[in-house]
Amino acid sequence: MSYAADVAALARKDLKVELRTRDTLPAMLLFVLATLVVFHFALPTNAADDAAYGLLWVAIVFTALVGLTRAWVPEHEHGVLDGLVLAPCDRSAIWLGKTLATLAFLAAAQVVALPAFALFFAPLGAPAIAGVLLADVGICAVGSLLAAMAAATRSREVLLPLLLLPLAIPLVVGGVGSAVSSEPSRYLLFLGLYDAVFAVLSWASFEYVVTE
Amino acid sequence: MIRARGLEKRYGRRRVLRGISFELPAGGFLVVSGANGSGKTTLLRILAGLVAPTRGTVDIEAGRGRIGLLAHEPLVYRELSALENLDLYGRLYRVSERRERIGMLLERFGLWEARNERVAAYSRGMAQRLALCRTLLHDPDLLVLDEPFSALDEAGVALVDRELAELAGLRTVVASTHEPDRLAALATAELALT
Repeated sequence: MSYAADVAALARKDLKVELRTRDTLPAMLLFVLATLVVFHFALPTNAADDAAYGLLWVAIVFTALVGLTRAWVPEHEHGVLDGLVLAPCDRSAIWLGKTLATLAFLAAAQVVALPAFALFFAPLGAPAIAGVLLADVGICAVGSLLAAMAAATRSREVLLPLLLLPLAIPLVVGGVGSAVSSEPSRYLLFLGLYDAVFAVLSWASFEYVVTE
Repeated sequence: MIRARGLEKRYGRRRVLRGISFELPAGGFLVVSGANGSGKTTLLRILAGLVAPTRGTVDIEAGRGRIGLLAHEPLVYRELSALENLDLYGRLYRVSERRERIGMLLERFGLWEARNERVAAYSRGMAQRLALCRTLLHDPDLLVLDEPFSALDEAGVALVDRELAELAGLRTVVASTHEPDRLAALATAELALT
């Protein structure tokens, strides 16, 4: 019970900080909308909808990167992570709190981005939206862990994409598959499996990332 | 109690600490002095459990959650208020009756009036006082204090002097300073790093 309370307190803190600084969410919103507008003009008018679904996933992954790059900045800029790490709570609660907060920011960006995509490109069915939601969980779970590693270095803006993009390829495959395949359930199952495996791995390894 | 044996720390090829050994009984007060770059902060981070030594061992009786660390940074979120920061730390550090304890510390360190202001609006001295509140919040068994007087005005220094005098003998304290004479009256052991 106290684990859930710790996670809730940490995630609430991130939301509060974001509400006051407005550093992350506006940047994600502007980025995803600008990207969709650019893609709208870049894609030939006679291009198939399948190509547009691929571009949606490029926009989603890079929007998540915008949020993740900033995710651990408050903790590292002011040394707060040291104070959190010394607390007797389970250290994985710090990762889970950050993951949930980042997931909330990404979902908020998609509340705007998905209708914009439907307006510019092609309609999104229920399997495609389910694919987006499942992939969000995977991106935020793995991304929060990798962002914590990258934030400890001087070149976090370069390191994070190098670490995350290869691991995001299965999510893009699953996400596009759930939108264009005649059997989307296979891809949704694949995304669910990815989420479960990588969430457990990230949860278990966070302790080693934040301690030397 | 703290028992350090042959502590060495390297960052790449640079050796920051070499052959540090000491024993500090429970309730002891160790003053660590030395010039900039002599490894004071590194030693304190090893004792706090934030950094692993490259060589040597350190045994500390106080477990995780029973250590109070005062670092160069206040370790608080600048966009949250003092009250919000301490409430978060109080929850994570399992402080019982945390609202009462937070109120008492904020009063004692002269921050009660500014408790709802964001830390970003605090002066350096106020932030240091808040850092002291955070350090003492969970009533730690071991206090690891890195330059506890830095950025404080005269009143702040007097406040810290008073707190340390009250804690000396009751808690184990390791404090680094450029001015070892200031803590000489409280010290039960001294370690000069070169």
